[in-house]
Amino acid sequence: MAELLKVNDLVTQFKTESGVVKAVDGVSYYLNEQEIIGLVGESGCGKSVSQLSVMQLIRPPGKIIGGEVLFHGQDLLKYPANGPEMRAVRGAKIAMIFQEPMTSLNPVLTIRQQLTEMLVLHMKMNEEDARARAIELMGLVGIPAAERRIEGYPHHFSGGMRQRVMIAMALSCNPHILIADEPTTALDATTQAQLLELMKDLVQRLKTSLVIVTHNLGVVARYAQRIYIMYAGRIVESGTTKDIFQRPRHPYTIGLLKCIPRLDEEEGTKLVPIVGLPPNLINMPATCAFLPRCSWKIDKCFKEPWPELTPVNGNHFIRCYADTSEYKK
Amino acid sequence: MAKQAIINEFREAPPRVSEWQRFFRVFFQRKIVLFGLIILALLVLTAIFAPLLAPFSPVRGDMAESLQQPSWKHWLGTDIQGRDSLSRLIYGSRTALAVGFGSVILAGVIGVGLGMLAGYAGGITNMIIMRIMDALMGFPMILLALVISAILGSGLLNVIIALSVATLPGYARVMHGLTLTIRENDYILAERGMGASNIRVMFMHILPNSLPSMIVLITIQLGALILAEATLSFLGVGIQPPDAAWGAMVADGRRYLLTHPWLSISPGIAIMLVVFGFNLVGDGLRDALDPRLRGIL
Amino acid sequence: MNQETNNAILEISALKMYFPVTRGLLRRKIADIKAVDGVSFKMEQGETLGLVGESGCGKTTVGRCVLGLYRPTAGKVIFQGTDIAGLPEKKLRGIRRDIALIFQDPYSSLDPRQSAGNIVGEPLKIHNMINSRKEYLERVEHLFSIVGLDPGMVNRFPHEFSGGQRQRIGIARALASNPKLIVCDEPISALDVSIQAQIINLLEELQEGLQGLSYLFIAHDRSVVRHISDRVAVMYLGRIMEICKSRELYENPLHPYTRALLSAVPIADPFVEETRERIILKGEVPSPINPPEGCPFHPRCFMAIPECSQGIPPLRVIHEGHEVACIRV
Repeated sequence: MAELLKVNDLVTQFKTESGVVKAVDGVSYYLNEQEIIGLVGESGCGKSVSQLSVMQLIRPPGKIIGGEVLFHGQDLLKYPANGPEMRAVRGAKIAMIFQEPMTSLNPVLTIRQQLTEMLVLHMKMNEEDARARAIELMGLVGIPAAERRIEGYPHHFSGGMRQRVMIAMALSCNPHILIADEPTTALDATTQAQLLELMKDLVQRLKTSLVIVTHNLGVVARYAQRIYIMYAGRIVESGTTKDIFQRPRHPYTIGLLKCIPRLDEEEGTKLVPIVGLPPNLINMPATCAFLPRCSWKIDKCFKEPWPELTPVNGNHFIRCYADTSEYKK
Repeated sequence: MAKQAIINEFREAPPRVSEWQRFFRVFFQRKIVLFGLIILALLVLTAIFAPLLAPFSPVRGDMAESLQQPSWKHWLGTDIQGRDSLSRLIYGSRTALAVGFGSVILAGVIGVGLGMLAGYAGGITNMIIMRIMDALMGFPMILLALVISAILGSGLLNVIIALSVATLPGYARVMHGLTLTIRENDYILAERGMGASNIRVMFMHILPNSLPSMIVLITIQLGALILAEATLSFLGVGIQPPDAAWGAMVADGRRYLLTHPWLSISPGIAIMLVVFGFNLVGDGLRDALDPRLRGIL
Repeated sequence: MNQETNNAILEISALKMYFPVTRGLLRRKIADIKAVDGVSFKMEQGETLGLVGESGCGKTTVGRCVLGLYRPTAGKVIFQGTDIAGLPEKKLRGIRRDIALIFQDPYSSLDPRQSAGNIVGEPLKIHNMINSRKEYLERVEHLFSIVGLDPGMVNRFPHEFSGGQRQRIGIARALASNPKLIVCDEPISALDVSIQAQIINLLEELQEGLQGLSYLFIAHDRSVVRHISDRVAVMYLGRIMEICKSRELYENPLHPYTRALLSAVPIADPFVEETRERIILKGEVPSPINPPEGCPFHPRCFMAIPECSQGIPPLRVIHEGHEVACIRV
């Protein structure tokens, strides 16, 4: 499988009145063709900002400071954010679905207008062909009576339907990569399940790669082949899904897995919370950001700056000095 | 384990940034706000120390000195009655402040009260109160004030009442909107769930949370009110000579504009500066208290 | 059911809550939003009853009815022997001491203009529970330390606390009046995953420490509900579909909706995920204005038969402690 996307040392910062927020602090990952990967972390870890950076959708006070985004070998960051090259990539080659189906659609345009916009712009279709294709797409994502409903406005559709429209829009130009940002949060449980299954189905059929950005470890366990765990703007653990869940090695990952309740847990299981608070991204110390909350810390962690990603076996990498190899679930 | 969690939480507690420190920092961020504050300070000081500052009596004129040009004796000249223009200008600050603050307090208390009641109670109460407010707002402010002044007669107190009635619907409107927004917050529901009385909810929760916006509105309105008073006295209602009021001074000086321009220009500049000052301070307050109001207030 | 009635702290009987939809100046009623349409259950003292369901199922409305914030259209809400359903506000005030509420949103549930200490102490003032300023301060500081907050922070304002800490303030406020029942309305869904566990553990510890404290735990996260509840009730479109012991619900769900709901929850374990039953429902949750004829779930049900559309299935006891509203079970 060829390497579709390779991100190297991406750094994105935000200037606020209290200081500089290093939202993404040296993130590197790769994505192959027809792969589903997960970017996992809690709020503020930088997972959404990293994807927005790949699409160059970062606005002041945010700025991409450094790094490379190699798409088919070309560094996208070399192109200006509002230039024709990026505009050709966005939507057509790399598409993104956002969390809030309520606000991601323009309330004053019909669904047809919003769906055909992409087709006319990128695929150079005429209005008639675009409309036909749009109806096709709506059928693809499971919106019933598409022919009739296409002239409706977003408020005529329920939340789940709107998210489907978003998916249709994102897939309309057969992108190489689909990025789904927190696709599970704003919807009902059963609708979420429907949509995730739909996305998985479609990317398999259209041979698109999928990046799932989420805080839900269950979702990546179910759908992703490889995952990257992020904390305070950096990747702290990466590897195949099975590897990471079977033998989690970074203290943060271990902590997370111990503190989430599971539907299939034994009666009377106690959750073990991660002590402390999420990190303050302003004026971070040079040492490991997880240090105040870590149960595995050793002397070295206090003296040295944050470690590099080092392999523990094969494709499994962690950013840690401590030896967590004895940890068994 | 739990203890450790608690101890760690303490250590991570964010450092205390004093609310006041932040307020003053934002307030003085734009130097021009300082300028506005200086103007207002001058206004207040002038009003307080008027008897000491004014060289002559503002109401008694010496006919022999009628219509003098500005000179070392009378810095801004004298009017037709021989009254020193500078002294009238200085004493006029008292009228301006009295009218400004008086109207704003009266209109504020009534308007805020009605708006909050309407927003919180809803239903028929809301409908009745807000329709009355709408009706009042349908009249141009000056017209309404004129009519009321004409009915009540001239004099400081009547002017204050007239201007209050004309401006209170504005406060009621804003307060009504704020009440509706604040009412939707979970903590209001929590209060009701705890069994708090409606009075408690209104005065201890809704009112304090709307105060920042109301303060900004009031400050900005002060300038407008002073201007309104000036307009009223210019039109011949409200404060009348021999009392010193800037608007009346502008009106009086109209006839002599070509020969004695300073009679009208000096009170005009005073009005302009004071309104400007209030607006600047109002903007500064708004930014310091709630920058989200930018564009609305 | 073998429950002693004098041990039941709460008994809901045939509860209905309809919200009229009006139109026009004269507010003519054109329809009803049947938020709660016939709900009955009992809660024992010291137990945690979980209420799960998707949006529109009525679980939040049930919570509000229990608190007396809504006046039910029909049915009884019997709290400690007294029917509070139609009680006037004055009589309700006394009872309010014994029922408290914790909210979902840690940001809007605290008055930003009040200090944390005042927020927590307000119930003490409302119910005239203290005699002196000294006693008030002592009690507030005690409440702070019970929930794991530094008593030195009583004079700080909500915006100076993190999300998890604010939720603790909300919990302290709920405990102030020594309630017997706390209605928890999605208390952790707005928090980061690693902080959720802290709050869950806190709630459990409080229940162990304060004998007889009961929780009505309303949430959509089934894993959390499973973990913290003794019994769970599953709601759909204003009715209870299934109610049984927490463990039983996962190991032996009987109602088709419950089974679909549970299969929609991804578990953080790729090996388990591979072997699980996956039930994907058709369609979306219908609106409570127009519930389907007969069983509210039958249009989406994979076990439906024609009889399902005729008549609403009652909640039947299948075996001890396990009730299901389905004719196919």
